[in-house]
Amino acid sequence: MIPENHRPQAAEGYSHTRRAFHLAVIYVLGAIIGLAMAIPTAIYLLIPPKPRKPSGFIDAGDVSQLTPGEPVELTFQQSRLDGWKLVTEKKTAWVVKELDNKVVAFGPQCTHLGCAYHWEASASKFACPCHGSDFSIEGKVLAGPAPRPLDRYLTKIENNRLQIGELKQSNPQA
Amino acid sequence: MRKKFEKFIGDLDHRTGLHTGLRKFLYEEIPASSGWHQVFGSVALFLILVQFFTGAMLAFNYAPTPGDAYSSLRYILTEVTAGRLMRGLHHWGASMIIVVVVMHMVQVFLWGAYKKPREGTWMVGVVLLLLTLAYGLTGYLLPWDNRAYWGTVVTTQIGATVPIVGPYVSRLLASTGDIGVVTFARFYGLHVLLLPPATLLLIVLHVYLVRRHGVAPVPGDEVRRKKSFFPEQVFKDTVAVFFAFVILFVMAVAVRVPLERMADPTDTSYIPRPEWYFLFLFQMLKVFAGSLEVVGTVLLPTLAILALILTPFIDRSKVVRVRQRTLAAGIVLLAGLGWGGLTLAAIKSTPPQTAASQIDFSGPVQWMQLTPSEMTGINYFRQEHCGNCHNVEGDSPKSGPNLINTSLRHDPAWLTAHFKDPEKVTPGSTMTPVNLSDAGMKDLLALMLKLTPDNGDVVDTAPEFAVAGAVLFQKNNCGACHSVNGMGGKIGPALNGLSSRRNEAWVIEHFQNPKKMSPGTVMPPYKFSTTDMQNEVSYLFTLPAKPTP
Repeated sequence: MIPENHRPQAAEGYSHTRRAFHLAVIYVLGAIIGLAMAIPTAIYLLIPPKPRKPSGFIDAGDVSQLTPGEPVELTFQQSRLDGWKLVTEKKTAWVVKELDNKVVAFGPQCTHLGCAYHWEASASKFACPCHGSDFSIEGKVLAGPAPRPLDRYLTKIENNRLQIGELKQSNPQA
Repeated sequence: MRKKFEKFIGDLDHRTGLHTGLRKFLYEEIPASSGWHQVFGSVALFLILVQFFTGAMLAFNYAPTPGDAYSSLRYILTEVTAGRLMRGLHHWGASMIIVVVVMHMVQVFLWGAYKKPREGTWMVGVVLLLLTLAYGLTGYLLPWDNRAYWGTVVTTQIGATVPIVGPYVSRLLASTGDIGVVTFARFYGLHVLLLPPATLLLIVLHVYLVRRHGVAPVPGDEVRRKKSFFPEQVFKDTVAVFFAFVILFVMAVAVRVPLERMADPTDTSYIPRPEWYFLFLFQMLKVFAGSLEVVGTVLLPTLAILALILTPFIDRSKVVRVRQRTLAAGIVLLAGLGWGGLTLAAIKSTPPQTAASQIDFSGPVQWMQLTPSEMTGINYFRQEHCGNCHNVEGDSPKSGPNLINTSLRHDPAWLTAHFKDPEKVTPGSTMTPVNLSDAGMKDLLALMLKLTPDNGDVVDTAPEFAVAGAVLFQKNNCGACHSVNGMGGKIGPALNGLSSRRNEAWVIEHFQNPKKMSPGTVMPPYKFSTTDMQNEVSYLFTLPAKPTP
């Protein structure tokens, strides 16, 4: 740390070897303490807490009246453990009934930087107001910087009611 | 490369003076007599830095409001990797600082290093000692468990008894009525916002004064070779710091800091105790009872602090060798004996903590949600060694099937038949038949049908006393009149929340003589053995305040 020529001459009764030994001990013990603090800290901050089981499917409403080709925004309540708190929050999904009567639920955020997009019926596309990403009714990227298609929720239909599960991140190639 | 580096250092120094400053600081000449006895200041400084750091780390996962404080600390202890270590370092670090700071002070006192011109250094040091205690006092509330809550109730009420300023102290700490959100916010604000910068400022002043006057020499130093602070003394300091760090780290890993039940202002059974370094004050209160109480709470501590601050002015004699300071040594010895005696007396007079208040709530506590019948099932589960062949958590292969979610696969009739004659119901089974009374079989079935992936660990984690208490509960058919966790009769009062309504002595006497304690009751007296009574009462006191829905 301190260049050699800046050091004072060894004082009488304090030999160079002794001094070198002292320096070595200072640096080695200092390094051990540093590591013993740094490693647990990195673990504490970087390793995420044990993952929770996904909370299962949530009822998002009746989908029997949906018109194919006309996406609607459905809201539903979801409970989740946020750190130490169980929070119940309102979530939304863009739900589309496809021509074969299959129902798809898209996550409500643009895959570019997370802005909320909306359905533009006149242009028949999902449009994000932030950076101009457009998505088709199947969720495919039509224009703009979005790196991948819209994310989809796991879904199932029970007695004409849509059950919404986990949001799965879409595959960029899809 | 080396040339370039030196030029860089030179240029940097030309513009900032950093290097010259560092050199001046490190190559300070210190007296020949300096050595191992002077390491405590550096160790204290190191420990303070560890506290700052671990405190900030804890704050990353901590919500400073009552209730949330408790759940977030529980989250740190149970969910966050290395969270228990982080809290352990902060908790034990606090205790270690007290020890080291006192050792530092004792050394300075014994050597007479507070004498002219170092009076200011000493006085700043005394204020730093008081700040250290203030950290302990304010930090004590932050886990928001019963220990934190009741300890703070007592300390704030002591503060309120101070003549003249007492009411203002109460208002300042927002502790006039109940300890609540505002008190908590004040304590948190003090602990993390006001005390740390104040400490830093005073440490800087303290070290500056040490440097200004130099390390205190002893007679004879002037004719001997002076030493250089770096690396001669820094070597000793580093070794001492390392030694302290190893102790701290081992304690943080090995000694589990428990989390008690969440603060419950209605809990009449809780016996508050201060942190160990305040026990002597606590004991002194017992000596001065009644109208003299203020002597113990205010007068003596104030006099002691004044005496400490004024030490350099009380003792203005010339500096002598440490061996000749017999009076100083005598004072330290007396103070040590007084402190030790009071602390020991406080520990001796502490009633033993009840099993119920010793439960670590940062461990698994799912068993508290079980009914007495299911708890009794755990007794049979252990007695019959079901766990030898069956898993209820984890998935290390065992010869029998995993018992989690049994209720999804079998009904009670099948299970009963299977328990009585396994081979008949399940051909090829090597399980030994379970021989239980009908009541016992019912309890075991209740447990079997209750096991889910979330609570499978109850068969291992339910404490022995609670299981024994539940067995006794079932044996005496207490459930005919009393409900526990939503199951049982309605003739007697529900037993959830018993700990906030009655204390243990009352409950014990009530068992022995119900008519005396609640006139008109139909409950018959119960003559339990001492162990049984202890288990029963402890079990009932661990029940959650409200039955789980």
